[in-house]
Amino acid sequence: MKLLLQIRHLLNLYVQQFKTTFATMVQYRASLVIWTISAVLEPLVYLIVWSTVSNGSGGSVGSYTAQGFAAYYIALMIVNQVTYTWIMYEYEYRVRQGYLSFALLRPVHPIHADIADNLSSKLITLPLVLIVAAVLALLFHPSAGLHAWALLAFLPALVLAFLVRFLIEWTLALAAFWTTRVSALNQVYFVLMLFLSGQIAPLGLFPPWLQTVAAVLPFRWMLGFPVELLVGRLTPLQSLEGLGVQAAWLVLSLLLVRVVWRAGVRVYSAVGA
Amino acid sequence: MTAPAIRLRELCKTYLVPEREAGTGAALRSLFHRRMRAVAAVDGLNFDLAPGEIVGFLGPNGAGKTTTLKMLAGLLHPTAGECRVLDHVPWKRERDFLRQITLVMGQRNQLVWDIPAADSFELNRAIYRLPVADYRRTLDELTGLLDLGPLLKVPVRNLSLGERMKCEVAAALLHRPQVVFLDEPTIGLDVTMQRRIRTFIAEYNHRYGATILLTSHYMADVEALCKRVIVIHHGRLLFDGDLADLVQQFTAHKTIVVQLEDCAADLHFYGELVDCSDGRFTLRVPKAETAHVTERLLADLPVIDLLVEDPPIEEVIDRVFTQETGRENLNTTPMERGQADKKDIQGYA
Repeated sequence: MKLLLQIRHLLNLYVQQFKTTFATMVQYRASLVIWTISAVLEPLVYLIVWSTVSNGSGGSVGSYTAQGFAAYYIALMIVNQVTYTWIMYEYEYRVRQGYLSFALLRPVHPIHADIADNLSSKLITLPLVLIVAAVLALLFHPSAGLHAWALLAFLPALVLAFLVRFLIEWTLALAAFWTTRVSALNQVYFVLMLFLSGQIAPLGLFPPWLQTVAAVLPFRWMLGFPVELLVGRLTPLQSLEGLGVQAAWLVLSLLLVRVVWRAGVRVYSAVGA
Repeated sequence: MTAPAIRLRELCKTYLVPEREAGTGAALRSLFHRRMRAVAAVDGLNFDLAPGEIVGFLGPNGAGKTTTLKMLAGLLHPTAGECRVLDHVPWKRERDFLRQITLVMGQRNQLVWDIPAADSFELNRAIYRLPVADYRRTLDELTGLLDLGPLLKVPVRNLSLGERMKCEVAAALLHRPQVVFLDEPTIGLDVTMQRRIRTFIAEYNHRYGATILLTSHYMADVEALCKRVIVIHHGRLLFDGDLADLVQQFTAHKTIVVQLEDCAADLHFYGELVDCSDGRFTLRVPKAETAHVTERLLADLPVIDLLVEDPPIEEVIDRVFTQETGRENLNTTPMERGQADKKDIQGYA
């Protein structure tokens, strides 16, 4: 009973935060356009480059044709838009400006407001990205094996990917408690993401040993896996296993959040606001 | 006797501050060996606040006021000592505790910048889980007391500093906290707005019996609101008692303002001449001699007007701050106080 009440309160909080972020977002129309463009540009560049390489390499690279790359990167564009965060910059800013004190004074874990803020920001940009994706589909003729079961599995995979990515990036954002040089840490993380999540190249194109490394690290499960699932590059067994790994990473990242947050608050409190 | 709302026992907070000389050589060396200096921001504070008290917390910049407030609000862990607020240990940040306190920091905004204050209030309602009826009632009362009406629908970024501060204060009090920490709430506000906030704080304390601990550099705030003041410096308690007693203890002099025809007369026999303009002499005389000097002035000179004043409270506080070691705890006996005053007079001239 009490749990139900807690959940109701939490849901109400999410709704209010949604409204707040949404109201703020719609005021920045130019920024919305810019954010949409940057969300689209990177996958588009990869798409074009890999298509070109593919056409120049006798029609395919590995198991990917130009149309295969098109499908992959259009899917990546969408999945990335759903899962990405900017929370590390947020926390660096908050710690520096002393706004973290307000978060610490509230009787609720700050991660909720952050999740709500993240999702609500995407309410506008995601439809825009979907429109661009549709246009790109017309231009580049993607080809993918779409299966009903894959589409069904895609939704939980997407949700898990979002949660794992958010929780881990949120934990990394807390580095702001320990150092002012958060940007350096961010850079390392983004490079790892770039190579090991399936952004710069589909992971299927990597040598087997690198694929194993990528499977052990969390990056693939934050982005690449749902993409591969959507474009039909995984067997049902692989997809099921993948969902299992995502679930495991979810548990791990929840633990990480708890531990690092506690430690971070203690450090923050020691050093002062 | 009811339990104190706030209690501090030997509370200490020491920061480790990296220390380094200027110059490139020193900068390079600091890569390998960092020298740290311990700074005692708060050094053994003891005091209790009873529920419903409004207490002024005074001290020069760097005295440890904000650090103490942050420890009481649970933002900082003390290095040593004990502190309890509403019978909770603040730094444990228990939900129950956080729901009963608030910290208002002047010049810092928690309101969301781009949306009307009313929307930020709704967010706070969700955060503090306030039942709708209670929330509406509190909001109505705060709106009335602070005169917020037309301000609530305007995006916060379009409000003036004073209007924004009023909204910030309202946002901080929506959950009707029992303990209110105010860190320089009137800083940067115009005179009218300062008065408005002051009146509001007094009214809030009166209506809801909230315990209020207020730091301010504006003596007018303290004079208007606080019967009791706590003065700290270098993290240590200098004075804890009535404001009136503080003035009494630290003023060795009174100011006499005499209005004559012009500045021609030589009044240095009556007292120390501070200033003369347009016939208005300002004299400083030892407290004990005030009656005598006044009598003499009235008898000897064609006085148009005469006024006897305590020195401005800023001067008093300044004197409290500049007392160095040897007089750290000033809640001494009257005999010692009398001796001390004499020393002061000699030192002052």
